[in-house]
Amino acid sequence: MSDNSLAIEDKVTQRQDLWWLEPLLVVLALGGFVVYATWAGLQNAHYYAAPYLSPFYSPCLSANCAHLTLPLIGSWWNLSPAILILWIPAGFRVTCYYYRKAYYRSFLGSPPACAVRDIAKTYTGETRFPFVLQNIHRYFFYLATLVVIFLWWDAILAFRFPDGLGVGIGTLVLLGNAFLLSLYSFSCHSCRHLCGGSLNTFSKAPARYGIWRVVSRMNERHMLCAWISLIWVALADLYVRLLSMGVITDVRLF
Amino acid sequence: MATQEVTMRIWRGDAKGGVFKEYHLSIGEGMVVLDVIHAIQATQANDLAVRWNCKAGKCGSCSAEVNGKPRLMCMTRMNLFEPGKTITVAPMKTFPLIRDLVTDVSFNFEKAKTIPHFRPKAKEADGTRRMFQEDIDRVQEFHKCIECFLCQNVCHVIRDHEDNKKHFAGPRFFVRLAALEMHPLDTNDRKQLIKEKAGLGYCNITKCCTEVCPENIHITDNSIIPLKERVVDEFYDPLFRLFRKISGKTAP
Amino acid sequence: MAAEQKYESHEYDVIVIGAGGAGLRAAIEASAQGARTALVCKSLLGKAHTVMAEGGIAAALGNVYPEDNWKVHFRDTMRGGKLLNNWRMAQIHAQEAPARVLELEEWGALFDRTKEGLILQRDFGGHRYARLAHVGDRTGLEMIRTLQQHAVHKGIDVYMECNVQRLLKDGERICGAFGYWRESGKCVLFKCKAVVLATGGGGKAWKITSNSWEYTGDGITMALDAGADLIDVEMVQFHPTGMVWPPSVRGILVTEGVRGDGGTLTNSEGKRFMFNYIPEFFKAETAETEKEADAWYEDKKNRRTPDLLPRDEVARAINAEVKAGRGTSHGGVFLDIASRRPAEYIKRRLPSMYHQFRELADVDITKEAMEVGPTCHYFMGGVRVDADTTAATVPGLFAAGEVAAGLHGANRLGGNSLSDLVVFGRRAGLYAAEYAKGLKGSLTVDTAQVESIAQELLIPFNGKGGENPYTIHAELQDCMQNLVGIIRTEKELKQALDKLATFKQRLTKVSVEGNRQYNPGWHLALDLYSMLAVSEAVTLAAIERKESRGGHTRDDYPKTDPKFAKVNVVVRKSKGELRISQEPLPEMPEELKKLVEEQK
Repeated sequence: MSDNSLAIEDKVTQRQDLWWLEPLLVVLALGGFVVYATWAGLQNAHYYAAPYLSPFYSPCLSANCAHLTLPLIGSWWNLSPAILILWIPAGFRVTCYYYRKAYYRSFLGSPPACAVRDIAKTYTGETRFPFVLQNIHRYFFYLATLVVIFLWWDAILAFRFPDGLGVGIGTLVLLGNAFLLSLYSFSCHSCRHLCGGSLNTFSKAPARYGIWRVVSRMNERHMLCAWISLIWVALADLYVRLLSMGVITDVRLF
Repeated sequence: MATQEVTMRIWRGDAKGGVFKEYHLSIGEGMVVLDVIHAIQATQANDLAVRWNCKAGKCGSCSAEVNGKPRLMCMTRMNLFEPGKTITVAPMKTFPLIRDLVTDVSFNFEKAKTIPHFRPKAKEADGTRRMFQEDIDRVQEFHKCIECFLCQNVCHVIRDHEDNKKHFAGPRFFVRLAALEMHPLDTNDRKQLIKEKAGLGYCNITKCCTEVCPENIHITDNSIIPLKERVVDEFYDPLFRLFRKISGKTAP
Repeated sequence: MAAEQKYESHEYDVIVIGAGGAGLRAAIEASAQGARTALVCKSLLGKAHTVMAEGGIAAALGNVYPEDNWKVHFRDTMRGGKLLNNWRMAQIHAQEAPARVLELEEWGALFDRTKEGLILQRDFGGHRYARLAHVGDRTGLEMIRTLQQHAVHKGIDVYMECNVQRLLKDGERICGAFGYWRESGKCVLFKCKAVVLATGGGGKAWKITSNSWEYTGDGITMALDAGADLIDVEMVQFHPTGMVWPPSVRGILVTEGVRGDGGTLTNSEGKRFMFNYIPEFFKAETAETEKEADAWYEDKKNRRTPDLLPRDEVARAINAEVKAGRGTSHGGVFLDIASRRPAEYIKRRLPSMYHQFRELADVDITKEAMEVGPTCHYFMGGVRVDADTTAATVPGLFAAGEVAAGLHGANRLGGNSLSDLVVFGRRAGLYAAEYAKGLKGSLTVDTAQVESIAQELLIPFNGKGGENPYTIHAELQDCMQNLVGIIRTEKELKQALDKLATFKQRLTKVSVEGNRQYNPGWHLALDLYSMLAVSEAVTLAAIERKESRGGHTRDDYPKTDPKFAKVNVVVRKSKGELRISQEPLPEMPEELKKLVEEQK
């Protein structure tokens, strides 16, 4: 028997595993995405390579667009048209229940990992500004749903080549993008609540119960959907961008 | 029977202070951390304080922090750890220490008293209670809670910020509140309480409660977030409020 | 100085000792009757042994089989108990159980549902119809949580981790209880008019047991010391299915629900051996072939599978198979549900069994058979009580739940324990409150008595280097396991008595390290007092009953003896010695006799 005078309170954590690895990876991945998306969104160029529109620029709403989706804004707007819409998916993801966990842990360190001491001395959580604004998540969900509709529209347009209907690698990229973003949007916790989670007696609303069950099943994989759709959307933009820049060429499958 | 030598580093002390003491002993096949603690009690330290009851993961008494991770000692098998490495066992950090591995968890019993009780609606015309399995599946998950208070212990809101204990109920009681709110027979409305007195807004859904739950209750996804959404319905969603005013309907 | 001033003291009308199902229900009722009530328990609130109950709560609700009613339940209970039961308790129990179950639902409990939206009921050993209201395999948890939350909202005072050691009397009457706080080790005095014992049994005196550290027979011992009668204490139930491997989990319970939901017992030859162990008494209602047994799961008009014979029969059968060399390598038999039911079904119906085996034994019960063997589980015997009021033979003392005797006779049916808790817990609370209300005059606590108890509690701190309480406990467990186990003989029982006498001697020399603050060594030293007392009572009663019946099997008297069918073995303490006698069972009315004798 030997003594080891070390008070339990002295340490940030007693954990011996690599608890810092997960927050580190999240910082790298999320940080990398934000840097790339900001850069790409501000480029205002190389976002269209017929028939593919980069998802960062969809729907394209200003008259100056290289590929106009809806002429809502006049030609007076000469900044990147991505700015007009990128705040929607950004807001949706920032207020998303999964990403909140991810960045509260890895960027704010509250807590960095389970049973590891908070970095900040005081803590009020989501009770005050700005974090109390997280409660508007469902409004971003409504808006993000609209965006997803446009992304499907883009994916359909991606079948329309100058020489008629066809399928290129880009078509599959945009289809995959619309599909993954749909999975992410509709597996959202707010969506789950609105579909049926707010009910107390499911047996009285069998249809909503059925939808709720499907959404709940998807919701269990919400984190996975969040990451895959995030990576895919960036790669989709990159694909269109490289095509448009002439670095690569699209392969027609049909 | 295969035996193995282990070194355990166990917190010994009380509210005034203490130290980690090392114990060396040999263990048999299939042993869990609690068995090892008992073996130390029986042979090396009669007075080593530890709380336990069922030893089968059903009562939630033997919560502690093993190698820094909140766990039930009775459900933590020794073969989980790399042979030869010292295993550290410490009491739960969030609650005041009584002695050795035993903490004062009365915080939780005090919080339990503040939750408005179950108030059922009237019976069916035939005098029965009709509920269907799909109505109660969700709530039955919450009723699995064994009150080990590991979620309360790991929750950084109170683990690292003592002053939040006044106005934060903690994950265990959000599970309880969700069980009442979603109970098909209950008629009490606790949303105001959930937002204010229970301090749901303090939770930043970082999910440690879910990670440590020995009953695998999806505390965050199935109870806390749905409660947050219900609070949004009531207090943060202008459209919903308007809709409720017009239709005169409350949540079904 | 008066004891009230010297020690922390509290005054109530009724104190309930033990906060499992019976204690909680008693406290709720006593408080509802207007009595000032306190609930005192050894562990934290909600950790009592009731949480371990898995399968369900027996009540003839008739939701699954409308043919079911209290009479059938009464008959099953009596036959399961080999007719040693107190008929009136069995009748009250069968009649009131449905109301108590529905009451739990009114308090927020959520039992699994039938397709019609009513409480679903499951099959269990010895019950003719599917009768157990349940929540997967964690019914006890649902029950204790419901009662706990209800009690909390009724504002009942709860003293947690407070260990009551002795009852106090003013003349013949109960006037209080004395114990200590586990946390501080300080003594505490409760003055009261009535005490409800709800302290459970004493299975921790056996080595292979499903019982936790709390099951040290405190209530039984306190009742004995206070002059109350015990009956049927030789009737110890060994649950047929406890875990056997790995060694550290040996004894942990495997619910009978596994068999109720389709699991079967097989030996190392792969044979369903229970068909070879159908006793004459149950022949008419038990299936003889595997085909017939399997048909019963679908339609209860068929005769039931012998896998679901009452627990005493199954435990003996497993014991015999292992002795005959047809056991598993770890000394158990196989319990197989994997090959009989789909994985999804098993996980839904038996989630905590799935979890328990996966975590503790690395066994996936949806793919492999479990290894099981008998484990000490339940005391049918205990404090002798009045059937209607649960009053013990000492005025002011009441008992409910496992600590009380009578309802289960020689063997308890699965599921009858949870219903026992709420049926008789409520009655104990009701009549204790009534007794307290009716009590005129004041009660006085004898300061000298309190002082001598307080001194006695501290003896283990006096010496240094004396006996280790853990060593005595381990030896006691070996002794009871080997000599007072499932199969008993006079010779071994007498050996056990000799050993118990030496343990008692050694207990006087016990010493513990450390101080009074949360000191488990000290707590165990004190618990040993009651474990030894209970062990002695069980052994003496087991010597007295020279026959085999229910939970009591004598190798030297392997048959039931009609002479013993009519008597309870009574244990009481006089002048510091335990005395044994035989007293006649209460006579059952003719119409109930007819119910019991009905075949099939």
